[in-house]
Amino acid sequence: MAKAAPSPSTRFPHRHLLGIGDLSPTQIEHLLDLAEAAISVGRQLEKKKAVLRGRTQINLFFEASTRTQSSFELAGKRLGADVMNMAVGSSSVKKGETVIDTAMTLNAMRPDLLVVRHHAAGAVELLSQKVECSVINAGDGAHEHPTQALLDALTIRRAKGGLSGLKVAICGDVAHSRVARSNILLLNAMGARVRVVAPSTLLPAAVEKLGVEVFHGMEEGLADADVVMMLRLQRERMASALVPSVREYFRFFGLDSDKLARAKPDALVMHPGPMNRGVEIASAVADGPQSVIQEQVEMGVAVRMAIIEELLTGGNKKAAAR
Amino acid sequence: MSGPPLAIVGGHVVDPVQGIDGIASVLVRDDKIAGIEPTAKPELPDAVQVIDATGKHVFPGLIDARVYVGEPGSEYRETIASASRAAAAGGVTGFIMMPETDPVIDNVALVDFVTRTARDTALVHVYPSAAVTTGFAGDALTEFGLLKAAGAVMVSEGKRSIANNLLLRHAMTYARDFDLVVALEAHDPHLAANGVMNEGLIATHLGLAGIPREAEIIPLERDLRLAALTGGRYHAAKLSTRDSAKAVAYYKDNHHRVTGAASINHLCLNETDIGRYRTFFRLSPPLRSEEDRVAMVEALAAGTIDLIVSSHDPQDVDTKRHPFSEAADGAIGLETMFAAAMRLYHNGDVPLPRLIDAMSARPAAIFGLPGGSLKKGARADIAIADLELPWVVAEDDLVSRSKNTAFEGARFTGKVLQTLVAGRTVYTSGTTSG
Repeated sequence: MAKAAPSPSTRFPHRHLLGIGDLSPTQIEHLLDLAEAAISVGRQLEKKKAVLRGRTQINLFFEASTRTQSSFELAGKRLGADVMNMAVGSSSVKKGETVIDTAMTLNAMRPDLLVVRHHAAGAVELLSQKVECSVINAGDGAHEHPTQALLDALTIRRAKGGLSGLKVAICGDVAHSRVARSNILLLNAMGARVRVVAPSTLLPAAVEKLGVEVFHGMEEGLADADVVMMLRLQRERMASALVPSVREYFRFFGLDSDKLARAKPDALVMHPGPMNRGVEIASAVADGPQSVIQEQVEMGVAVRMAIIEELLTGGNKKAAAR
Repeated sequence: MSGPPLAIVGGHVVDPVQGIDGIASVLVRDDKIAGIEPTAKPELPDAVQVIDATGKHVFPGLIDARVYVGEPGSEYRETIASASRAAAAGGVTGFIMMPETDPVIDNVALVDFVTRTARDTALVHVYPSAAVTTGFAGDALTEFGLLKAAGAVMVSEGKRSIANNLLLRHAMTYARDFDLVVALEAHDPHLAANGVMNEGLIATHLGLAGIPREAEIIPLERDLRLAALTGGRYHAAKLSTRDSAKAVAYYKDNHHRVTGAASINHLCLNETDIGRYRTFFRLSPPLRSEEDRVAMVEALAAGTIDLIVSSHDPQDVDTKRHPFSEAADGAIGLETMFAAAMRLYHNGDVPLPRLIDAMSARPAAIFGLPGGSLKKGARADIAIADLELPWVVAEDDLVSRSKNTAFEGARFTGKVLQTLVAGRTVYTSGTTSG
């Protein structure tokens, strides 16, 4: 084939979206551009496209989730796909069936897309190796949550005009957070300056080698920040003696107006949800003028529409008839 | 059994016990070594069966001091018979079978069961070991004296440490009177928590919970101190970190009766081999850093680490075909231990006699087992290998009933061609007789 302008397939050659780690900066920009265009679909009265009419999307959530599953469901439906939610809680998965057996069973139903969340790192990638359709990782253990990082990036880009050079503070339970890992990868790839701010017990080993600045106090960690990303603190961290109490955590690491005042006056406040008000974030900040938390939710649908459409129809896949 | 005498002629014989490392011929009569002639062409009686080992190496059959078998309880993973066939294919003429079965081997009847099953079905010698505490429950000692009399060659708590210091002190003290080795893996389940691989950057990248080295070192140092206190014989069964080797060296230097082993996996692989969540590389202790691996190899060369074990641990798809954090630990290794160890020889890391020592003479000496040398009168357990033969590990070629090898697709140089147990050939490359 002769050399030509990059076709959509070379811009985004992937069949699956398993992690930010698989994407180049160009591909990230490309997905964000597509997502930007998808925002308007959700804002118009007629919200349905026909581009995926006749296609089947299965949401397979081994771990309960309301917002991410709803977001993917809406994204698929707005593109015209038939969307099915697998209720894993009542399925054979709970009866000892392995992830791979579940994957092969679903594969036999010939879906076009599987959206998968699983509590074990690497489980979605493992599943993707056993099916013939596209797979989107909707979160695998403490590994990756790529659509969250992309929707965060879109939210930041729209507010700040770009990502390069921004100081982004990721605060809280980085050790157990797939959101943090995907965001660190994406923000570093796009030239932002990433900090993590957390007590040492909530940071993973060798975190400094991930290309981030490490802070153990909010005052220094938030100083002059353009973006403050809060992470959810699970209650079980208290049980495993990683932090002594909610009261103490909020005092030192909860985002309140005083701590936020250390950041730039126009700093964005973000949270992937669901929030623990009074644990990692004060209501006054979560609902305050700097909060873009609701916009993150809207961008989530747009980003997922863009990704689903690109995976199923992007480039020369359009021609590939089933 | 009585047949014509056998002569293995022209090979390079390595027998660390006798200090032999050169061309020689091994004479076998019935099930015993009849002698070694330091020549490639010994004078032989007419009715002798000759095995030409020219260009090959001949050494005492390997003894693997740590083999998990699924019988009784999980025969679909491995039986004593299938493990023995895998052993024969790897030049292993005897192995110590771990008590980690279902039920746990913690009484005389079960030791008898292993002994009888091995006698009736196994191609190689199978030495039973017994649990330290009844049912691995960690509270009541098993009957060390009776178990030893029944044939148990050591006591071990399988993959567990013993949490209770007083109980372990009593176990070591009591075992001393019976000259039984207490062989333990050092593993602090609280510190290891839900960890599934070595703690560090790679685990952080993969989003997997890490196991710090201290989860091994702390219980190991405790074990070593109690060994010193009691004067008992203690074997650190599976070491994986640099500081573990240092700790063992310290107690050895102070003349305590401690020995150590490392699995072939920890001598040849490191945490990067896990790649994208490859569960066959999920081991306990976990594969560590390259720095730790190198330290293990150095400790092996120096003799601080006495033994190489395969830690053969058959797991089937039901326990391995899962996400990494939900898969079982363990890899098979009987068939590949020798070939993998030859990497250390070809790299110049460990001399051949030390490797053969670590896989035959030393385990025989530590656990009081026959074999480990080609001395006149010793049982004729012999392996013949071509150290230069290149081959690739293929799942389909593995004899073991389970296929969870950490060396799938590995390129090796050096292969066992023939294995003799008590003078009888139980394996020749390409076939297993039996």
